[in-house]
Formats: sequence, C-alpha cells, structure tokens
Amino acid sequence: MIPTEYYIFLGTGLFTIGVIGVLTRRNVLIILMSIELILNAVNINLVALSQYFKSVDGQVFAIFVITDAAAEAAVGLGLIIALFRNKETVNADEIDLLKW
Amino acid sequence: MLDYIWLIPVFPLLGAAIQLFFGRRLSNKAVSAVSVGLPGLSFLWAVGCFFQFLGLSEDYHHVFAKPLYTWLPAGAFHLSNGSLGNLNVGVGMQLDPLSCVMMLVVTGVGFLIHVYSIGYMAHEGGYYRFFGYLNLFMFSMLVLVLADNYLMMFVGWEGVGLCSYLLIGFYFLRKSATNAGIKAFLVNRIGDAAFLLGVMLMVVTFGTLDFQTIGAIARNPNLHVSGGIITTICILLFIGATGKSAQIPLYVWLPDAMEGPTPVSALIHAATMVTAGVYMVARSNALYALSPTALALVAGIGAATAIWAASIGLVQNDIKRVLAYSTVSQLGYMFLACGVGAFTAGIFHLMTHAFFKALLFLASGSVIHALSGEQDMRKMGALKTRIPTTYWTMAAAALAISGIPPLAGFVSKDEILWQSFAGPYGHTLLWTIGWITAGLTAFYMFRLIFMTFWGESRVPHEVEHHIHESPQPMLIPLVTLAGLSIVGGFIGWPKSLWGGEWFGKFLEPVFEGNPIVPPHEYGAGWEYFLMGLSVVTAIAGISVAYRMYVQQPELSDRVSAAAGGFQRLLLHKYYVDEIYDALFVNRVKNLGNALAAFDLGVVDGGVNGVGWTTRMSGELTRLWDTWIIDGLVNVLAMVVKVLSWPARILQTGLVQNYAWFITMGVMAFMLYYMLH
Repeated sequence: MIPTEYYIFLGTGLFTIGVIGVLTRRNVLIILMSIELILNAVNINLVALSQYFKSVDGQVFAIFVITDAAAEAAVGLGLIIALFRNKETVNADEIDLLKW
Repeated sequence: MLDYIWLIPVFPLLGAAIQLFFGRRLSNKAVSAVSVGLPGLSFLWAVGCFFQFLGLSEDYHHVFAKPLYTWLPAGAFHLSNGSLGNLNVGVGMQLDPLSCVMMLVVTGVGFLIHVYSIGYMAHEGGYYRFFGYLNLFMFSMLVLVLADNYLMMFVGWEGVGLCSYLLIGFYFLRKSATNAGIKAFLVNRIGDAAFLLGVMLMVVTFGTLDFQTIGAIARNPNLHVSGGIITTICILLFIGATGKSAQIPLYVWLPDAMEGPTPVSALIHAATMVTAGVYMVARSNALYALSPTALALVAGIGAATAIWAASIGLVQNDIKRVLAYSTVSQLGYMFLACGVGAFTAGIFHLMTHAFFKALLFLASGSVIHALSGEQDMRKMGALKTRIPTTYWTMAAAALAISGIPPLAGFVSKDEILWQSFAGPYGHTLLWTIGWITAGLTAFYMFRLIFMTFWGESRVPHEVEHHIHESPQPMLIPLVTLAGLSIVGGFIGWPKSLWGGEWFGKFLEPVFEGNPIVPPHEYGAGWEYFLMGLSVVTAIAGISVAYRMYVQQPELSDRVSAAAGGFQRLLLHKYYVDEIYDALFVNRVKNLGNALAAFDLGVVDGGVNGVGWTTRMSGELTRLWDTWIIDGLVNVLAMVVKVLSWPARILQTGLVQNYAWFITMGVMAFMLYYMLH
C-alpha cells in the first residue's frame, strides 16, 4: 500500500510544474496544457484523500473536474482559434488586449 | 426742315453707332453705303436748312434758335458781382450766318472726304472702324458749330478731340502713330483746361452760357463787368483755341498728327476741327470786341504762328508735313484776321482754306496712294503725266493757297492782309509779317508741287511700275474741291475789284452791335498797291521755287549749304519739340517717376508694412500658442503621465503577468496563514 503522502507530493509536484508552465510559457496552447496539469494534480489529491478518508465524495468530485477540464479544453481551443484568426499569433506576450 | 435741324448731327451719329456696334459684321460695301450716305443726307439737310434760313422773315434777327431741352437746371446762385443768377444750360441748336457757314463747310467738305475715303481706305484693315470714327467726328463737329451755348460747344469740342485722337492713332500697331495720338490729346488737354476755366469764369460773371444772352450782355452799353475780367475770359478762351487750332505755343501736335490716314488729315487736321478755335473766337466776338488787349494777343500769336510755321514748312521733305505746317500757318492767318477785328475775313479764309487745304491733303493722299505709301518728296518727281488729275487739282489748290487771282485763296488772304494793314486794330508790323508769310507760302507750296510732279523722277524702280491714277471715288472729291478752290472766292469778291462782298454782308449780323472802332484811313490806292504787292510776292515765291527745284536742282543744295545752321534749325523745327521735352515733358515724366517711387516706397511700403506687422503679430500669437497654451496643456499631460506611471506598469495587458500577480498574492496569503 503506497502511503498517502506520496500522492500528495506527486500532486504538489505536478501542480508546481503546471503553475510554472502557465506563468512562463509563451504559447497559449502550452499554457492550456499546463492548466490541464494543474487540474490533474488536483484530481490526484482528490482521489488520494478520498482513499485516505474512506469517503467516495472526492472521487465524485474528481469526475466533475475531469468533465469540467474537457469542457474547458474545448472552450479554450475555440478561444485560441478565434484569437489566431484576429491576431495571427498565439503568443501570450504579444496579446495585451486587457490593457485597453 | 429748320424745325428738325437737330437731324443734321444725328445722321452721322446714327452712322457711327451702326459702324461701331455692328460694323464688324457688315461688308465693306454696306459700311460705305451707310457711312457715306448718312453724312450725305446730313449735307442735303444742311443745304435745305440753309435755304429755309435765308427765307426767314426780317424779324428773326438773323438767328434761328431751336432749344431742345434743359440739360443742367443748375438753379440759383450768387454771381461774382453779388446779384442772384439762375443757370440753366440747355441742349439746343442755333443757326445764324456764322454757324450756317460752318455747317455747310463741315457737312460739304466732310461728305466729299467720306467719298474719298471709300477709295483711299479700300484696302485697309478696320474699314468699318475708320468710318465709325469719321462719322462720330462729323457728329461732334456739328454739335460744336450748331450748339447754342458754350457748354454744349465744349461737348462737341471734346468730342472732336477724342475722334482726332482715335483717328491719329488709327494705325495703332505703329508706335509712332499711337504716340502722335497721345501727344495730340495731351497738348489739346492744356488748351481745353483753359477753355473750361474761361467757361466757368463766364458762368460766375454773366450767369449764363447762351451765346445770344452773353452777346446781348456784352453789347449792352451799361455793362458792369470790369475790363480785366473780360480780357481774362477772352485770353482763357484763346488759349483753348491755340490748343485746338494749333497756334504757338501749342501747335506741336498738328505736324505729328499726320501719322493718321490722309483723309483724316484732310478732314480733321486741315478743313474742320482745327478751325474750331477760329470759329470759337469769332463766335465770342462780342467779348473780344470789348478787349483790345486780348485782340492784340490773338493777332500777335496768329501772325507769329503764321510766319513761324511757314518757315519750318520751307525745308520739310515729308509731303504731308509740309501741308501740316502750311495748315498751322494758315490758321495763324485766320487768327490774325480775328485779332485785327476782321472776323469776317477770318471766317472767309476759314472757308476757302477748308476747300483748298482739304484738296491739297486729298491730292497728296492720291500721290501717296499712287506711290504705294511713299511720303518723302525726295523720292518723287515727274509725276505730272503719270497722275494728271491729281496733278491738275493739286496745282489749282497750290495756286489758290499762294494767292494767285482770281482763285479763292487770293480773295480771302488779301482781305486778311488788307485788314491787318488798315483794319480797326491793324498795324504795319502785322501786315509785314503776313506779307512775308504769303511769299514763303507760295515758295513752299510750289516747292512741293515741283518736287512731286516736275523734274527728274527719283521714284525707286520697284515703285515706278506701280504708279497709277487713283480710283473714281478719290478723283470726284478732288475735282469738286478744285472747282470750289477756283470759284469759292467769288462769293466774297471785294468791292474794290467791283465785287459784291456778298459773304461779308451775309455774316454782318453776327458782328452787329459791337463797339465800332474806326479803321485806319488809307485810300483805295493803298489797297490796290498792297494787292499788287502780294500777288507779285506770290509769283516771286513761285518763280524762286521754279528756279531752285526745276531749272537748277543743284541750286537748292547750294542754298541749303549756304544757309547751313539756319537750314538745320528749320529742319529740326527750331528744336521746339526738344525744348518742350526738356522743359515740360521730362519734368512731368520725372514727377511721374517720383510719384511712382513714392507709390512704391511709401504707399506700397505702408501696405506691405501693415501686412508685415500682421504677419509678425501672427507669428507672435503662433509662438504664444505653441509654447504657452499648448505648453501648459502638454505639461499637464506630462504630469498625469508621470503620476500614472506606477499604475501603468502594473497594467501590461499580458495574461501571464496577471496570473503571476494572482500566484504571488495566493502565496502571500498562504505565507501569512502559515506564519500565524
């Protein structure tokens, strides 16, 4: 039986990689992928702690998160296509529309 | 017909209007039909009026007045003597023996010259323009001679001046012609100014401008006007006459006026317009009769001009210039006659001169026409068989002007010479000058005839075979005028030669009522003696010319070589033009240049200065605007910009920066909770 702490460390590591990816990568696609990493890190925590507390609630929640991630990926990719059509770029540092 | 006497000037006016408005579209035939027909009609009407005038009953006092309407109802004003005057200047016609003569001369000679112009101008450009101006001239001249007051006369006076200017400058592409036109106009202007001053002085002195009223006032024995004022009026009017009639000192324009077409020289600068001054002096006879001073001036200027111009005419080589100086000289005779109180003789000479001088000009035009435009007599000669009609008519005119009996010039000139000797204001000196001038006249006239028609031909070869007699329309006026020059004198044939002096009797009423100055007492013997003397002088002049220009042509060169400086002086017209240039023309030009400089420097400078000031103040405003107004706004913007810098650098618009802030924020909170 693998101790729960290991899952927590794995989750923390994945989350950290995801956050660094969101903050540093320029390509919006990679940023989206990094967000997936963050969501999956949460999923691992939810599932691991569900096992630890002998409660099925966490696993139910993880399934919601997966559904949500799928929807988010669809919307995100759609946004990226719309962005590319208007700006001809997918680099996050070239898009400063929020300033205006 | 007399009731419609105003039609006489209106006919040519109609012609002028047609030519000047529509002439361009008419054919030459139509132009000549209209513009010669209407003056012809005018002449017929004048003849009709003349005979009707003769038939008027005795109680018309030899004046037929036809007031048309009031032109200037100037109203009441104070005369110079304090009494109240009421000036009404009308437009009206006045026919008396004097204006009868002028009217017939102007319409008659004018009509003949119109006919002549058909032939002479046939190949010239601006045919309709020429006839338009010529008709306009006829109108103005007829207004001048038929007017019943001085102001209307002045209108005609200015009108003929304008037409003279237009016709002298007819060949306007030639610089010399336009210059001559301007010269004529400006010189006349000096005279006209004096004339106008005289008219104004008459207004304040007499309160009227009507010839009849002024004549009545002047002939009233209880006249209350000082002699000085009368003399001033007379002298001012006479200065006007010296301008129009080319007398010393204003004669300089007439020789230059020969730049115009020859019919113009004949009509305007010989027969009619230049005699306007003589007419005006004769018309003002009631005033002149009151002022022996003014009369003496008129006679003196007339005599001086006569001999002065005749002496210049001795050496001129341009055929038309000889005639021009001759005209000036003959006009001098007319003024001499008026000045010695013999107005009748002056007007008689005016009439006969109109015949023979118009003829001389027309014949010279015929010569010029035959020689393809050559005017220099040194390039003529031996033309008498080539153009016989021109020769015979011109010879008749030359005999007439030289005073060979019984031609017209003999009668009128002899009358003048006799009057200047024995007339009421006559003087032996005046007669002497007139007598010498008569000899000079005969000489230069026959010098012209001999150089042109006799001797060896000096015509250049290429012109030689073009020589031809002029066409019918030119010859008919020549022959008619030659006839008039020969018989025209008989209407005034002197009593001493068993004549009737019908002309003098006809004109007498015009001068009736002037104070009578008894003439000098000389017997009839003197008259015959002087008459014989002047005829002998004329013949002597002709024979000298014959010797010098036909028998021994080299003699003329010898004489001019012997005369040397004097000949050169004459050839350069006593350098009068140069003297006038130096004394007046250049002064006026300098004044004009100075005024131009003033205009350029001060007036334009002022305007430019205002412009510069505006521009500079605009520049200042611009600087104020850009630096102060805009500067304030910019400084404000700069302050905002600086103050907003921290806020601005936070809002990058980049999603990742915002994500970074969120992360940092979350971590800060987490740290905070961990430490507590």
